Amino acid sequence: MPLLDLANPSRFLSLVDRVLPWLVVATVAVFAIGLYQALLVAPDDYQQGATVKIMFIHVPNAWLAMFCWVVMSIAALGTLVWRHPLADVAAKAAAPLGAAFTFLCLLTGSLWGRPMWGAYWVWDGRLTSVLVLFIMYLAVLALWRTVEDPSRAARAAAILTLVGAINLPIIKFSVDWWATLHQPASVMRLGAPTIHSSILVPLLIMGLAFMLLFLTLHLAAMRNEILRRRVRTLRLMQAQAGA
Amino acid sequence: MHLGPYAGFIIAAYAVALAVVAGLIGWIIADHRAQMRTLHDLETRGISRRSSTREVA
Amino acid sequence: MSGLAALLERDIRLAVRLGGGAPMGVLFFLIVVTLVPFALGPDLALLRRIGPAILWLGALLASLLALDRLFAADHEDGSLDLILMSSVSLELAVATKALAHWITTGLPLVIAVPVLALFLGLEPWTMGAVALTLLVGTPALTFIGTVGAALAVTLRRGGLILAILVLPLTIPVLIFGVAAANSAAVGPVPFGAPFTILCGLTLISFVIGPFAAAAALRHGLE
Repeated sequence: MPLLDLANPSRFLSLVDRVLPWLVVATVAVFAIGLYQALLVAPDDYQQGATVKIMFIHVPNAWLAMFCWVVMSIAALGTLVWRHPLADVAAKAAAPLGAAFTFLCLLTGSLWGRPMWGAYWVWDGRLTSVLVLFIMYLAVLALWRTVEDPSRAARAAAILTLVGAINLPIIKFSVDWWATLHQPASVMRLGAPTIHSSILVPLLIMGLAFMLLFLTLHLAAMRNEILRRRVRTLRLMQAQAGA
Repeated sequence: MHLGPYAGFIIAAYAVALAVVAGLIGWIIADHRAQMRTLHDLETRGISRRSSTREVA
Repeated sequence: MSGLAALLERDIRLAVRLGGGAPMGVLFFLIVVTLVPFALGPDLALLRRIGPAILWLGALLASLLALDRLFAADHEDGSLDLILMSSVSLELAVATKALAHWITTGLPLVIAVPVLALFLGLEPWTMGAVALTLLVGTPALTFIGTVGAALAVTLRRGGLILAILVLPLTIPVLIFGVAAANSAAVGPVPFGAPFTILCGLTLISFVIGPFAAAAALRHGLE
């Protein structure tokens, strides 16, 4: 069974070594097409002008922000339910990536917002939900750092991730409700630009590019984590042998 | 490529994205090198895992 | 003097390596600042007006939470007893530890202010005033906090009592810190008066903090 085969870290490592170069090529290629489409082909939005081009970075990162938590959640199940050895590694490797993409989503959202609403930050429903998601990523990262033993850390992080996965829709709902409760003086909406194919196609290509980027980075980070654990094991053996 | 009156924000957004992605790539590559170096280090000192065939010195 | 320098370096190294203090303090600061709009509503005009106060309260609480790691680790592994028994003046040792603690947990909070001020929609001038008042005020919070940390050092679950001991003592710092920050923004009261008093309070804390904390340690650990 291929999944069980992958359970062997050494076999996983050799798989990554073989696949990674191709992934890098694919990522670069799709980014090249995507950036060309986004910057040179896509037309300006009739409302937002050229600033709609920021959306080609902002939206894919929003997708990745949520996708990474899904990846972490599946890994968390792997850790808690099936004890799959690579699940810990997958979860730990995904966390900083998720945090980085969420951060990028917030930052580009802020830069998009400044020309749109005149402020770098507004407490609107969607941005605020992403901010809370960012804080939760940081919390998971803090947990990984604080618990020393790797397998204990993995189980703690897994529990937090799953609790987060259940909570995030609830948080999203609450934040949206809160945002509508307090109608600000000027109604600020992250107006979705008129989506037609000339904007949708570059967006989807950039989305694919970022997804490939995540896949590449995730596998590379998992490889690093496996190597890091090997180092730890060897060091422990060294200490025990009194070398 | 006409970026309009808010060109600065558009450029800033793409630049920041590039910086963050470059940072992630750089971190992962540096981490990889550090781990490989440490593993090589430990191996030349004769410490190895059970599954490898070298004998512990 | 070199003993104190070594202690300073050791404390800073430990704090950085353990990694709990600065990143977690800043994260907590961020969370507190995020919580306020959820409680009050996203009215940017309101947030802008109370922004300096929110930032001061957030920094105060974040400073407070980090305090129990000032003496706790050393108490647990016996280093604290060694420090007590050494020839170095305990007051100076405590002041050195407090300085290391401020550098690794208080200063990062000040550095985080510009980013957090953005979330509250503060003007750059106000942001600068808040950062400056916190730069001067957070050492006072740390040094006053050492008294509580010293009093609570022998207690296992010292968290809440530490807060109860320290918070009332920090009220003057809070009052003048926020007043100075606000006056730079709105200013019926000029910035200089409350700011000068804030500086005075900090200088006083540099003296009272270590002496009181040293006395507390001696009594607590004998």
